[in-house]
Amino acid sequence: MSLLRRRNRQARSAGDDALGRPMTDTPVIRFDGVGLTYPGPPPVTALRDCRMTVERGEFVAVVGPSGSGKSTFLNLAGLLDRPTTGTYELDGIDVRSLSETERTALRGRRLGFVFQAFHLLPYRTALENVALAQLYSRVSAADRRKAAAEALRRVGLGHRMHALPTTLSGGERQRVAIARALVNRPSLLLCDEPTGSLDTSTAGTVMDLLAELNSAGLTIVVITHDLHVAGRADRILAIRDGRLSADRPSGQAASAPQEPHAHAG
Amino acid sequence: MPTPDSRRGRRARGIEPSGIRRRDLAAEALAGVLQRPARSVLTMLGTVLGIGAFVAVLGLTATAGGQIDKRFDELSATQVTVADVGTGVPDDPTLSFPADADQRIGALNGVVAGGVFWPIDQARPRFAATPDADAPGAGYGDGIRLYAASPGALAAMEPTLRTGRTYDRFAESRRERVAVLGPGAARKLGITRLDGNPAVFVNGSPYTVVGIIADTRRMPELLSSVFIPAATAVQGFGEPVGPRASMIVHTRIGAARLIARQAPVALRPDGPQLFSVTPPPDPRDLREDVGRALDSLFLLLASVSLVIGAVGIANTTLVAVLERTPEIGLRRTLGARPRHIALQFLAESTALGTLGGLIGTSCGVAVVLATAVGNDWTAILEPWVVVPAPLIGSAVGLVAGLYPALRAARIEPADALRR
Repeated sequence: MSLLRRRNRQARSAGDDALGRPMTDTPVIRFDGVGLTYPGPPPVTALRDCRMTVERGEFVAVVGPSGSGKSTFLNLAGLLDRPTTGTYELDGIDVRSLSETERTALRGRRLGFVFQAFHLLPYRTALENVALAQLYSRVSAADRRKAAAEALRRVGLGHRMHALPTTLSGGERQRVAIARALVNRPSLLLCDEPTGSLDTSTAGTVMDLLAELNSAGLTIVVITHDLHVAGRADRILAIRDGRLSADRPSGQAASAPQEPHAHAG
Repeated sequence: MPTPDSRRGRRARGIEPSGIRRRDLAAEALAGVLQRPARSVLTMLGTVLGIGAFVAVLGLTATAGGQIDKRFDELSATQVTVADVGTGVPDDPTLSFPADADQRIGALNGVVAGGVFWPIDQARPRFAATPDADAPGAGYGDGIRLYAASPGALAAMEPTLRTGRTYDRFAESRRERVAVLGPGAARKLGITRLDGNPAVFVNGSPYTVVGIIADTRRMPELLSSVFIPAATAVQGFGEPVGPRASMIVHTRIGAARLIARQAPVALRPDGPQLFSVTPPPDPRDLREDVGRALDSLFLLLASVSLVIGAVGIANTTLVAVLERTPEIGLRRTLGARPRHIALQFLAESTALGTLGGLIGTSCGVAVVLATAVGNDWTAILEPWVVVPAPLIGSAVGLVAGLYPALRAARIEPADALRR
């Protein structure tokens, strides 16, 4: 039995956090020299030598202009793409060694995604959309609905469970999407421009919800170009031309002092 | 392909591959079909037409075949007619049938009864119930005809008697002047009872009526005739010249075609060529002829329809894959593996095909039933046609979904979510 699993088990028996995830001191994300170069011709380096960690319970914003490598960062962190260099550990698991099947399983279970376009299925009710999150975990339909209802109540949509997305407001849709991301009790919520399709006041309520979830212990990474959104985070990482830099470096540059490096204390 | 090392790693880390319950897969497929009902119906149309045509053609062929079967039922399948064609010399009055034709044919194994008969028209018989030549009666042309019929021929007609009996071999051999009346003749002549030993006068000559027929199973066209023994007829009116004599043979089931081959030789070993035999048509040949002509044409059309149906489903599924690329990306982030995406679209196209097959089968059955009811036929639907028909629809849907499903499985989630 691996050390990680034993530790997880101990953590679980010792007590989980408010969202039911194990409390361990392993960083949720650890990027060590992660880079991605698309093979050419001509080869394009979308992200180079990225070093950073996201600790459990952190609320991190990744900002940068379009084309800076934000999407690449999201795809790598979200296990949607494989880095060409470096090591990525998610919950202490080196994902480089994993097969595609294992990466998919890990993605489904430990990561929650929130998108700018919500990506709700238009012909399914809010409840059915949220229940979709456990479709590929062999959870029975009844249990899926129960978990989905709980998640919807968690985001304050207990009264709109049977509404179709087309009848929901933008803010409500995004909250349904957040509920869907929460169902599997992920280690990390990855939000890609979560307020990009919303007006300012609605965006505020969605960010309030994310902040509330974070204060309940959920680790959140928001990718955005909106500085108001980024301002809600504990820590802001900037990407420019494929390089990650901390605008609030916290000092502990142990492994590579010269590199722009972000680490939460 | 996971190496043994990575597999061990997976076990150690406890990462279970994601999977989907079969029931959930079916539910997802059905939801995919039902969320765009109008489009699904249009997509199914080709399959519906193809399967419907398939069931209708095979059903109608079987039903029509059943009708043919019925027409060539036990009655006609056990009947052989032997016609006297003679030597070919014009107006040769010689009867080719031997005097003991009934016994000769009756000796063949498989014959129930058989005998010679011919119409006596050239004597222009005039019928009356009294000897008075001017008495009201019925003449030639009033629908009553005089027939010479041997006892065997009468028996082969399988008559039901209203009263009395038919004449027998004894009467034939004695050239008795007896007659059996068909119901039509009896009515016209006013003879309904036999208590007074009534006679029918043919051209003034009396024939004692021994029986009145109520109905016959064979040759109902002779029901308004007067029958007299063949030998009596030869003595009274001469051998038949105009329409020549024929023989009707009632065989046991299955023996007809054999008897048809044997009869000419049995009757006249010295001149079997004097006879022309009409065996009952082989119902199988007939049915197959009809069946083949219909089947091959319409089944070809049905196949064309099915191909069009498959192309329709493939096209719609492909469009759906392109339309739902973000959904595919989303499902991949929720833990769906490429095979789950492929299975979902495959299940959707198969569901479309199955639904099309079911609707098509129903339409086909309805067409067969309507046709059968409209024609007063018995609808015949073979289980081997009706049961697999929806499955053919499923197969069409499955094959049609292969390429779109493969395309869907190959979509990279990162690309899909960028839309």
